[in-house]
Amino acid sequence: MILYVISVGLSVTMGLMGFINLAHGVFAMAGGFILSTAMARFGLPFPLAVLVAFVVVSAGSIVLERLLYSRLYAAGELAQVLFSIGLILISMALARLVYGNLAAPVFLPDYLRGQVHILGRDFPTYRVFLIMFSALLIAALWFGVERTRWGAMVRAAVDNRAMAQSVGINTRQLFMATFALGSGLAGLGGALGADILPVQWSYPFEHLVYFLIVVAVGGLGSLRGPFVAALLIGVADTACKYWIPEFGAFLIYVATMAILLWRPMGLFGVRA
Amino acid sequence: MVASALETQQLCKSFGALTVADHIDFRLAPGARHALIGPNGAGKTTFVNMLTGAIAPSSGRILLGGEDITKVNQAARVRRGLGRTFQITSLFRKLPVLDNVALGIAERDGVAPRMWKPASKHKEIIDEAAHLLATLGLSADARTPVQDLPYGRQRLVEIAIALGLKPGVLLLDEPAAGVPSQDSGHVLDVLAGLPPDIAILIIEHDMDLVFRFASRITVLVQGQVLVEGAPQEIAADRRVRDVYLGEATHA
Amino acid sequence: MSGYTSDPRIRPQELLPWIIAIAAFFLLPEYLSLGARVLVYILFALSLDLILGYAGIITLGHSAFFGLGAYTAGILGAKYGVTDPFLQLLAAALAAALLGISTGAVILRTKALTLLMLTLAITSIVLEIANKASSLTGGADGLSGVQVAPILGLFKFDLFGRTAFIYCLVALFLGWLLIRRLLYSPFGAMLTGIRENTARMHAVGAPVYWRLVLVYTLSATMAGVAGALLTQVNQFVGLNVLGLEPSGDLLVMLILGGVGRLYGAFVGPVVYLIAQDYLAKQYPEYWYFGIGVLLVVVVLFARGGILGLVDQWWQALSRRSSSARASAR
Ligand SMILES: Nc1ncnc2c1ncn2[C@@H]1O[C@H](COP(=O)(O)OP(=O)(O)O)[C@@H](O)[C@H]1O
Ligand SMILES: [Mg+2]
Repeated sequence: MILYVISVGLSVTMGLMGFINLAHGVFAMAGGFILSTAMARFGLPFPLAVLVAFVVVSAGSIVLERLLYSRLYAAGELAQVLFSIGLILISMALARLVYGNLAAPVFLPDYLRGQVHILGRDFPTYRVFLIMFSALLIAALWFGVERTRWGAMVRAAVDNRAMAQSVGINTRQLFMATFALGSGLAGLGGALGADILPVQWSYPFEHLVYFLIVVAVGGLGSLRGPFVAALLIGVADTACKYWIPEFGAFLIYVATMAILLWRPMGLFGVRA
Repeated sequence: MVASALETQQLCKSFGALTVADHIDFRLAPGARHALIGPNGAGKTTFVNMLTGAIAPSSGRILLGGEDITKVNQAARVRRGLGRTFQITSLFRKLPVLDNVALGIAERDGVAPRMWKPASKHKEIIDEAAHLLATLGLSADARTPVQDLPYGRQRLVEIAIALGLKPGVLLLDEPAAGVPSQDSGHVLDVLAGLPPDIAILIIEHDMDLVFRFASRITVLVQGQVLVEGAPQEIAADRRVRDVYLGEATHA
Repeated sequence: MSGYTSDPRIRPQELLPWIIAIAAFFLLPEYLSLGARVLVYILFALSLDLILGYAGIITLGHSAFFGLGAYTAGILGAKYGVTDPFLQLLAAALAAALLGISTGAVILRTKALTLLMLTLAITSIVLEIANKASSLTGGADGLSGVQVAPILGLFKFDLFGRTAFIYCLVALFLGWLLIRRLLYSPFGAMLTGIRENTARMHAVGAPVYWRLVLVYTLSATMAGVAGALLTQVNQFVGLNVLGLEPSGDLLVMLILGGVGRLYGAFVGPVVYLIAQDYLAKQYPEYWYFGIGVLLVVVVLFARGGILGLVDQWWQALSRRSSSARASAR
C-alpha cells in the first residue's frame, strides 16, 4: 500500500508529465524525515505531521521543478535518467550528513496502534488505516484526473504541449502543480510508510527498483495501474518470501520481465 | 490487365473512434504521376504511413507489384522498391548531406552491415551519393550538416534520400511544403526530371503544381475516396470544388 | 567521428592515451593495480559507449554482461581448474555474447522506461542467481582463490600488478582498435543513423531491430571480456560486479568523460576511479554528494562531458588565434 501511495505519485509525474524521474524516492525519504522531525523536535501530533510532510515536500519540489526539472522536459530520456541519479546521490549524502546512519524514528499515536477485529480476525490497526486511506486517495485522484478540468488540461498538455499552450493553457503552471502533487504524494507515502519501510539515507536507492517496477508494470499515466501493480508485487513478494524463501527477489524480477514483455506499456498503460 | 504498381483493397484505419481511412480502394499504375489531394486531416499522411508499413491498417490489403505486402515489415517493403519522403522533414540533422544520402544507398546495396572497411573507402557508395546530389543541384552542400541548410534545400535532401533507394514506387508527402515560393520551382523541376518508369504518388496542396505534374488525381475526404479521375474531370467536379478547391481559395 | 565523410586515419592526438599509459607504467609503479582496474573500466565503458553513445540504447543493466564475464572466468579458475587466461577470456566472451543475444532479442523491441526496466531486471536477476548459487559463486562472500596461469606460460601475475597492467593495456588496445574500426565502417555510420533518426532508418529499409540486437551482442561480449579481465587481475569476484550499482557507476563515468565520442570512455573512468581512490575512502558522503552535483551540472550545462568542454575550449582558442592572425595580416 505504501508502495502504492509513493508510486502513484511517481505515476503522476512520470506518466502524466513524461519525465523519467528516478529520484522519486528522494521525495518519499524527505517525507519520512520531515514527519519524524516534526513529531520528535516540534512535538506535532501525527496527523498534522503527515500533513506537514506533504506540504513541505510539495513546496520543496516546486523549487526543484522551477530551478532544475523544468529545463529538462524537452531533453532526452538519458539526460533525465542521469539528472535524477545525480539528485539521488546528492540527497543521500545530505540525509546521511544530517541524520546519520539511523532510520528516522516514528511514533504512532495510540489510536493507530494495536489490533482491530474485523470479521472475527485481528488486523493491525495501522495497516487497516493505510488501506482505507489509500482507497480514499485512489478515489480522489481518479476523480481529479478523469473528471476535472485540471485532469483534462494535464492530459491535453502532455499530448501536445504547443497545442495546449495555443488554446490558452498555462503549461508552465500546470506542470509545476502536477509535479508538486506527484512529489507531495511521494512525501505522504514516505511519511505514512515510515513505520513499515524504515526511512534512512539509503532509502531512495534501496526502493528505487520497487517504485520503478510498480510504475512500469502498472503502466504510465494510469492510476489504476500502479495500484494493481503494487498489490500484485506486494502479495507476490510476501508469498515468495513465505513459500520459497530461497528464491528471494528473483521471482519478482522474472515476473516483471514477463509482464513487460507481454505488455510493453504495462498492464494499464496508455498506448503511445 | 497490367498489374498495378501499388494497390489497396478496402483499406481501413481508425484511431479510437476516429476513422481516418474508410475502405480505400486505390490503384497506382506503373509509371504513374498520381496526385492525392484533400483537406488537412483527410488522412493522406496516414494512408502513406500504411502503405510504407510505418503503421498497421485496421483492416484491408496492400499489394505492391501484385504481391500482398500487408504483413511485410517496413524495411522489407523498402527493399521491394517502395520509397517515401516525409511531410515533416525527417533527416539525420547533425550529419552531412552526403551521409544522409549515403546511409540509404548503403542499405539498398547491402553495404550497411559491413564492419571492417572504413565507410569513407566505400567509393561506390560515395560516388553514387555525390552523383545524385549533383543531379539535384546539392553538390556544394555535400559536406554541410543538414541542420545548417535552408529549409528548401532540406526538402531536396529529403527527396534525394528517397531517390537513392532507387524505388520503383515513390510516395511524396507534400514535398514542397514549407518551401519558400521562389524555390518551389526548383522542387518541381526535380520532380519533372524523375525517371519516367518510377510510379509516383504525390500529396500536394499547391494546385498549380498538382495540375502541372499529375495525370491522375484522387481526392480524399475524411478517410474516404471522394472521386478519382483525370485533372480536367477533377477540376470540373462540383463536389471537389465544394469540399476542397472552395476551401483552398478561402485559405 | 564515423560516417562516409570522415577520415579514418589515426590522428596523432589519438596516441596520447597510450603514451600516457606507458609513461604511467614506468613512472607510477606503486599505482599499477589501480591502473589495471582503470584500464578494465575503460574497456567496459567503451562497450557501453558503443550501444549508448552510438546506437542510442539506454540501459541500466550493462553490468549483467560484465558480471557474467567476471563470474565465468572466476568459476573456471577457482572450481574447474581452467587456469589459462585466454581460455577464461574466451569462455567469458562466449557466455556474455549468449546472454547478450538472447536478452537483446527479447528486450530491444521495447524502448524508454520499459527498456530501462527490462535491462535493470536482467542484471538484478543475474545478481540474484549469483547470490543464491553460493556453492558455485561463493554467494555474498565472493569467490576467492581464482587461479590464473602465467600468460603464454611466461608472464606470471605479480604482486605489484606489472603483468596485470600490461595485460589489460594490450587487451584494451585491441578492443579500441576493433571498436574504432567498427565505428568508422558503414555499420558505425548506420548506428549513428539509428541514434539520430530511427524512423528515417526504417524508411530507408534498415532492419533496425536486428541491427540493434547485433550491436547489443557485440557490446555485451566486450563487457564480458572486461569483466573477466577484472577477475583475473583481482583473482577474486564479488557480487559488486552485478546489479544496478556498477551499471550506474559506469554510466556516470561515461557521461563525465563524454558520451558518443569514443575517448570519453577513456577520460571518464580515469577521472572517476582516481578521484574515488582518493576521496571515497576518506569522505564517502562528500564523494557521493560531489558525483551527484557533477552529474546534475553535466546534464544541465555540459552535455558533452569533460571532452565536450575540451572541444569547446579548443575551438574557441583556435578561433581566437585565427582571428588574431587575420587581424595581424
Ligand atoms: N497516431 C495518431 N493517433 C490519433 N490520431 C491520429 C494519429 N495520426 C493521425 N491522426 C489523426 O488522423 C487524421 C488524419 O491525419 P493525417 O493523415 O495526418 O491527415 P493529412 O495528411 O491528410 O492532413 C487527423 O485528424 C489526425 O489528427
Ligand atoms: Mg499530411
